[in-house]
Amino acid sequence: MVGTLNETSTDLLRWIPALPLLAACIHGVMLGLLRKQAPRWLVIALSCGAVLGSFVISLYTVATQLIPRAAEDRLLIDEVFTWISAGDFQSQVAFQLDPLSAVMILVVTGVGFLIHIYSIGYMDDDHREDRGFQRFFCYLNLFTFSMLMLVLADNLPLLFLGWEGVGLCSYLLIGFWYADTWNAYCGSKAFILNRIGDFAFLLGLFFLFWALADAGTPTASFRGIEDAFGAIAAQTVSVPAWLASLSGVAEWRLATVIGLCFFVGACGKSAQLPLYVWLPDAMAGPTPVSALIHAATMVTAGVYLVCRMHFLYAEAIGASTVIAWVGGLTAIFAATIAICQNDIKKVLAYSTVSQLGYMFMAAGCGAYTAAVFHLGTHAFFKALLFLGSGAVILAMHHEQDMRKMGGLAKKLPITHGLFLIGVLAIAGVPPLSGFFSKDEILLSVYTSHVAGHQYLYAIGLGTALLTAFYMMRLHALTFWGKSRVAHDVEHHIEEPADTVLVPLWILAGLAIVASIAGIPSAWAELLPFLDADTVAHSNSLANFLSPLFGHHEVALSSSAERTLAGYAVATAATGLFAGWWLYAKKPEIAFVISRLLAPLHKLLENKYYVDEIYQTLLVNPLIWISDRVFYKIIDAGVIDGLGVNGPAKMVRIFALRGLRRFQSGLVQSYILLIILGSCAIVAYLVR
Amino acid sequence: MNFFGSLFDEHLLTLITFLPLAVGLFLLLLHGIPVLAWRIYALISTILTFVLSVSLFCRFDAKASGYQFVEHLPWLPDWGINYFVGVDGISLLLIVLTTFMVPLVLLASWKSIKQAERAYIFCMLFLETGMLGAFVSLNLFQFYVFWEVMLIPMYLIIGIWGGPRRIYASVKFFLFTMFGSLLMLVALLVLCYLNYREFQALNLDLVALDPALFPASKPGALLQTAIPPLLEAGRAVPWWQTPTWLFAAFALAFAIKVPMVPLHTWLPDAHVEAPTPGSVILAAVLLKMGTYGFLRFAIPLFPSAAIEFAPLFMTLAVIGILYGALIAMVQTDVKKLVAYSSVAHLGFVMLGMFAFNPEGLQGSILQMVNHGISTGALFLLVGMIYERRHTRQIEDFGGIAKPMPIFAFLFAVATMASIGLPMLNGFVGEFLILLGTWKAAPAFAAPATFGVVLAAGYMLWMYRRVVFGPVTHAENRTLIDLDWRERLVVVVVLIPAFWIGIYPKPFLNPLLRPVSEVVMRIDAVKQAQAAGQSAAPLTQKIVAPASSASDGGDVRVDAVGNGESNLPSEPSTSLEAENEGIQ
Repeated sequence: MVGTLNETSTDLLRWIPALPLLAACIHGVMLGLLRKQAPRWLVIALSCGAVLGSFVISLYTVATQLIPRAAEDRLLIDEVFTWISAGDFQSQVAFQLDPLSAVMILVVTGVGFLIHIYSIGYMDDDHREDRGFQRFFCYLNLFTFSMLMLVLADNLPLLFLGWEGVGLCSYLLIGFWYADTWNAYCGSKAFILNRIGDFAFLLGLFFLFWALADAGTPTASFRGIEDAFGAIAAQTVSVPAWLASLSGVAEWRLATVIGLCFFVGACGKSAQLPLYVWLPDAMAGPTPVSALIHAATMVTAGVYLVCRMHFLYAEAIGASTVIAWVGGLTAIFAATIAICQNDIKKVLAYSTVSQLGYMFMAAGCGAYTAAVFHLGTHAFFKALLFLGSGAVILAMHHEQDMRKMGGLAKKLPITHGLFLIGVLAIAGVPPLSGFFSKDEILLSVYTSHVAGHQYLYAIGLGTALLTAFYMMRLHALTFWGKSRVAHDVEHHIEEPADTVLVPLWILAGLAIVASIAGIPSAWAELLPFLDADTVAHSNSLANFLSPLFGHHEVALSSSAERTLAGYAVATAATGLFAGWWLYAKKPEIAFVISRLLAPLHKLLENKYYVDEIYQTLLVNPLIWISDRVFYKIIDAGVIDGLGVNGPAKMVRIFALRGLRRFQSGLVQSYILLIILGSCAIVAYLVR
Repeated sequence: MNFFGSLFDEHLLTLITFLPLAVGLFLLLLHGIPVLAWRIYALISTILTFVLSVSLFCRFDAKASGYQFVEHLPWLPDWGINYFVGVDGISLLLIVLTTFMVPLVLLASWKSIKQAERAYIFCMLFLETGMLGAFVSLNLFQFYVFWEVMLIPMYLIIGIWGGPRRIYASVKFFLFTMFGSLLMLVALLVLCYLNYREFQALNLDLVALDPALFPASKPGALLQTAIPPLLEAGRAVPWWQTPTWLFAAFALAFAIKVPMVPLHTWLPDAHVEAPTPGSVILAAVLLKMGTYGFLRFAIPLFPSAAIEFAPLFMTLAVIGILYGALIAMVQTDVKKLVAYSSVAHLGFVMLGMFAFNPEGLQGSILQMVNHGISTGALFLLVGMIYERRHTRQIEDFGGIAKPMPIFAFLFAVATMASIGLPMLNGFVGEFLILLGTWKAAPAFAAPATFGVVLAAGYMLWMYRRVVFGPVTHAENRTLIDLDWRERLVVVVVLIPAFWIGIYPKPFLNPLLRPVSEVVMRIDAVKQAQAAGQSAAPLTQKIVAPASSASDGGDVRVDAVGNGESNLPSEPSTSLEAENEGIQ
């Protein structure tokens, strides 16, 4: 375990999230209260300027304040004010910048800025909605703010603020074109499934906080937790009987329970089994949103959380194993679905779920550096792919079905070329960035001590095969083969505007050169012009993160490492070739295969019917029981009917049927009653 | 200046409490002035009340213990009935909330009340005095009077200006509350008896004051009356004198008002039938009477019984959170949905309260304010579309964002505040409540936390069906967006939502001392029970250390009797604040 870093205080960090927040607030007041639409240039200047400002400050801070320090001093703290304070509990609005946060803010503001630029061109086309342009940038800024809060927060409650904030923005942006009921539905679905994860997150937070408070160190800041965690790491808690029988152990380590709680939270945000179903539906949002939120940044928040709490997972072997396996299973599960999807964005969405699974697999195996590396490279190439698909969709006048595309390479040569770089990167073709990051994950899974790691490695390889295959299928169906484009659309297809293309160029460049950050020594030593020292430190990202995560030692010889990489490349090549052959060369064979495997094809096309299963087994019964049992029977029937109106009715009936008879107004019957009553009294007295 | 300053301080609470009623009576005397003048005078007077309460808030010394701005005058001294007002942090927040909401609802109902508007405005002013009176009262009898007085204007507001089933709803509201109040009255009489037996004189003041400073105050106060018998297991008491039953009687009255499941069914009816201002006041302030009653009277008077009942109340609170949320989910009427969401929110408040730790209690009190703000805003907004469409059925809307974008924006903020999104008020309260509850009883905290998921479910589902989607009804196409008056009202309500969400310190600080006093009181009883000291006789009177606590320091723990009891003395009046006012 690596100890905590020495901190230095600064007051620069607060401006990184503050700028986008300010822009979002200005937009919000103008739109929400004054109903004044700002001119287009002002919207662009304000929004893109704010994010660019954040990026510049981030870069400046990292370059001048973080990197020049010694490795163990690389921690900047910016305390602003006390947010919540009650009893033992204290939460500051305070930001921290350590190597992990540094990687994250650079990715968030960098990719975020590119996507802001892209959106200028993309949303310009959008005439469906008046004032949509400014509203879109307002949400985008708000998202950038929340995401920066998430990765800069120095304590768990503040991280949760960002965590919920990105959820809100995701909700708003998925349902951006709200006039369509389906979009709005998808937004709510995302929010609610995220909330299920948040529920577990909060439980983990409570567990952790009170365990630390009982140990005499009530703290919610990451540094405090890391320092004090050793004292409670060995504690155990008794778990409910069904969990105990499932695991065979009645007493679980506290670290494992807390770790699992946080991981369920991460599953919600990062779309892992079984909470992944919102992410494919999130594609209802505009494409820049899919790129920024649902590929590059927000969905990686779960991975970030696990890496941030690495010291906890180091003590929680059980939780780590679960993470690795859930990640692996999600990776292959989503990859199989991606094979049979026809919507270009749906394929990319399932691909994202699958790649996130990869990152969790690495994090579960303790290879946090590999997870963060893949997080970064994935941000580049997946943003490239999404933005590329957006360019296609734009050119196709908002047609997303690949069956109505084909042969677009001739019409969109630049988009085609850039998209192909993304495809090769995600497939893991050397020397693109995806190759190195994926290889590092597979390697660390192979050498890890997680239970069943050899099966996990096989799953990882299988996923790599499927990934290469469906990405090539996607590319072939879109850009190659015969054109299946509708005639009225075909004549209008042209390359998109520069604001759309420039971000694509930059992202493609990043997808290629990002590999420099993480070249393992096993490959660097092949380069004759490097000296031994450079070779030993060739993986600069790992060096940068090592004060946090320590050095991940690989117990393999360089040649064995290269052999494993060879397998991965062979797998990727097989997948790419199969995809090309089946969908570009011989599409009729693909058709025959899909007919032969019709039931399987249907199962995959319908995503294993998971949405339908959730709806039938969970949502509908809940609504039924709420409506019929709780509302109609218990509330209206028992409480109000029997308890409240019942006695009232009884009084009424008693008075109407009984007491009223005595108030008849007939003097004769009054006299009769008096006489009878008197007789009764006399009879009683003389008894 | 000093003289006026001190005079101002001494009578500030009285001024705040009775200003609205005084203006109302004055307006009644001015026969035949136009309705517009009524509106303007009423608005000005309630704004003035708010300004006064803000000055109260600013002058309040959060570090001092006990009650501040105390005023104590004999009313029926032989019967122990005094005019006794004072505030601590808890009542302070609720007073500010009340005075904040009333001008806003008057502004919101500027045009919506069509008949007998003068009477309506008078009812509102009367209601404000009733509510404020209940929050400042420190004499149990006086509290009871205000508690009952409040019912009348609310009953009239629902019954006269309400919807089609207003008579049923208003009678139901009245009978429910009355039923609880009567039990409280019985318990109050028993307390009188116990008080008389202890002190040979009646004193219904909640806390004792230093007779040197307040000549009308007599020795003995309810907080001293109620506790000695609890610790005297040796003395055989009839069942109706036991704290358990006394607490139960008080608790029932307050639980109906909160309302806790299963005593909640008056609330949806009252909310649906009440006019918008009635719903807002009902949700924002009247429901808080119940939770406030628990904190001010039921729990401090009978801490041992409160501990005994805590599992029951926490269970009911958790049921309320989940059950209220699930029923809210299937409502077809927006107002009814918000009403059931109130049941869930108040469940959180009760849960945090009975956690009996600083986190839970502070969260609980803050959540009272939060619920007032966010639910108040929701009711205001629902009222605004009701005025336009004269329907509240969810299915009659859809796609409202298109014709009414500002409404959609503000409705979204209010919805998010209600869901408990961080940076908005609801989160701080709910988070602290759940944190505190987790410490006290994780088994209750876990399902309650799941209520957060359900809250997102029903609110977002409703929001989606009302605001998003295509415009399906032709009438909705031409809806006019919120005008400046309506925008102003909602924005002003939502400002504290952001404030509390981002910087809750000014609102949490005044709560520190009252909360720690409640916690100490509870802990003392718990310790006494744990140590088995409850059998030790304790006949000596606890004398209030009236002036000694003015150093603003610790709560005095007077070891009395055998010197083993850890019973804390009741919070004493802080004189320091007043001394500062004089200087």
